[in-house]
Amino acid sequence: MCGTCGCATRDDIKIASSTGHQQQHHPGDEPHHHHDHDSDGHHHHHHDHDGDGHHHHHHQPITKTREIAIGQAVLAQNEQLAARNRDYFQAQNLLVLNVMSSPGSGKTTWIERTLTDLRDRLSAGVVVGDLATDNDAQRLRRSGAPVAQITTGTLCHLEADLVLAAAQHLPLEQLDLLVVENVGNLVCPAAYDLGESLRVVLLSTTEGEDKPLKYPTAFKSADVVILNKIDIADVVGCDRELAVNNIRQIAPQAQLFELSARSGEGLDAWYQFLGDKVRELVTAKVLA
Amino acid sequence: MHEVSLMAQTLELAIAQVHTQQANRIHRLKMRIGELSGVVPEALAFAFEVAIPGTLAAGAVLELETVPARCHCRACERDFQPTDWFYECPHCGQLSSQILAGKEIELTSLEVS
Repeated sequence: MCGTCGCATRDDIKIASSTGHQQQHHPGDEPHHHHDHDSDGHHHHHHDHDGDGHHHHHHQPITKTREIAIGQAVLAQNEQLAARNRDYFQAQNLLVLNVMSSPGSGKTTWIERTLTDLRDRLSAGVVVGDLATDNDAQRLRRSGAPVAQITTGTLCHLEADLVLAAAQHLPLEQLDLLVVENVGNLVCPAAYDLGESLRVVLLSTTEGEDKPLKYPTAFKSADVVILNKIDIADVVGCDRELAVNNIRQIAPQAQLFELSARSGEGLDAWYQFLGDKVRELVTAKVLA
Repeated sequence: MHEVSLMAQTLELAIAQVHTQQANRIHRLKMRIGELSGVVPEALAFAFEVAIPGTLAAGAVLELETVPARCHCRACERDFQPTDWFYECPHCGQLSSQILAGKEIELTSLEVS
C-alpha cells in the first residue's frame, strides 16, 4: 500500500483511488511521485527529497468535490412494490402470510398440514421460494392447493416483485389465503416487505431456546410466532418454558402458537386464529 | 448475506444521482445502518469493495453510521434507547414493540466531483 495516499497498489500498476489520481504508480526506482490531473486542471504533487536535507513538503490533494444529500432508503423500491402488492392482495380479499424460518424448522410440513386440514374450509394457494429444486412445491401440491415456485438461485430472500410475478400464476380471485414460504433463512428475508398481511416466524424446539435472542430482527417484525415440534421437545432437551419466555420478551407484539405440525397437537388454536383473520378480511370488505 | 444485493442497489441509486447531478465520479458514500436492520456493516463494507471497481465509484470511500434502536413506551408516553434486545422501558419496565428507529438502510449523501 502507498504510504502517502493510502491507495492499495503494487508498483507498475495503473490504479484509480479516492483522490482521483490515475497514474503509473511508483515506477522503477524513482522517488514517490503522485500526479493528479482532474477535470478541473488541478495538479497535485508529492515530492520526496531524500538526502537533500530535511525538506519535505506534501500538498493536500484539492479535488473540487461537493456533497449531495440523498436520504433515500436503499430498499425504497421494494417497499413501493410491497405497498402495491398489499393493495392488490387486499382488493382480491386475500389474506397473505409471509412465512420465514431457518432451514429445517418445519415450514413446509406445517404449511402442507395446515392446507390439508383446512382444505374444505379455506381456499388457499402457495408461493414457495427456494435457492434450488422444486421439492417443496411438489410436497405442497399434495395438499391440493395450487403452488407457484420461485427458484432464487443465489438470492437468499424473496422480494416483492418476485412474489407478485409468482402469485399471478395462481387463480388469486378464487383464493382466501396465499401462503408465501420464504427462503429458509432468518436474517435477510426480514428486511424485505412482500406486501403480506401477516408475517409469520417459525422456529422449532430443536433449534435452541435462545434462537429468538439471536435473530431479533426477524422476531421483532413478526405478527405470529410458531413454536413447532413441541412433540419432541423433551427428547431434544428443549426447555419449552424458556423458549416461550424468550419469544414473549423479544416479540411481545406477536401471537404465539405452540404446536406440532407432525402430531397435530396445538394446531386447533392456530386454525381458529387463521379462520378469524380470513373472516375479518371478508367482513371488512363487506362493510366497506 | 443479502449485503451484496443491498450494495448493488445502493450503487445503482448513487450512480443515478451522479447522472442527474451532472457529476463525473463518486468519492464518498455515506450510509446509515440501523442496528435492527439485519445488515452486518462488515459484510456491507466488503460488498462495497467488490462492487466498485469499474464503476463511477471506483476508489471511493464508504462511511457507515450505525443508528441505534429507539423505542416508544405507550404506558409512559416516553421515548427511550433500549439497552438490550427486550426493549424494556427503563421507567416502567414494560416491553415496547413500538420501534421508532433502528431499521434504517439508507444512502445518506454522496461526495461527488
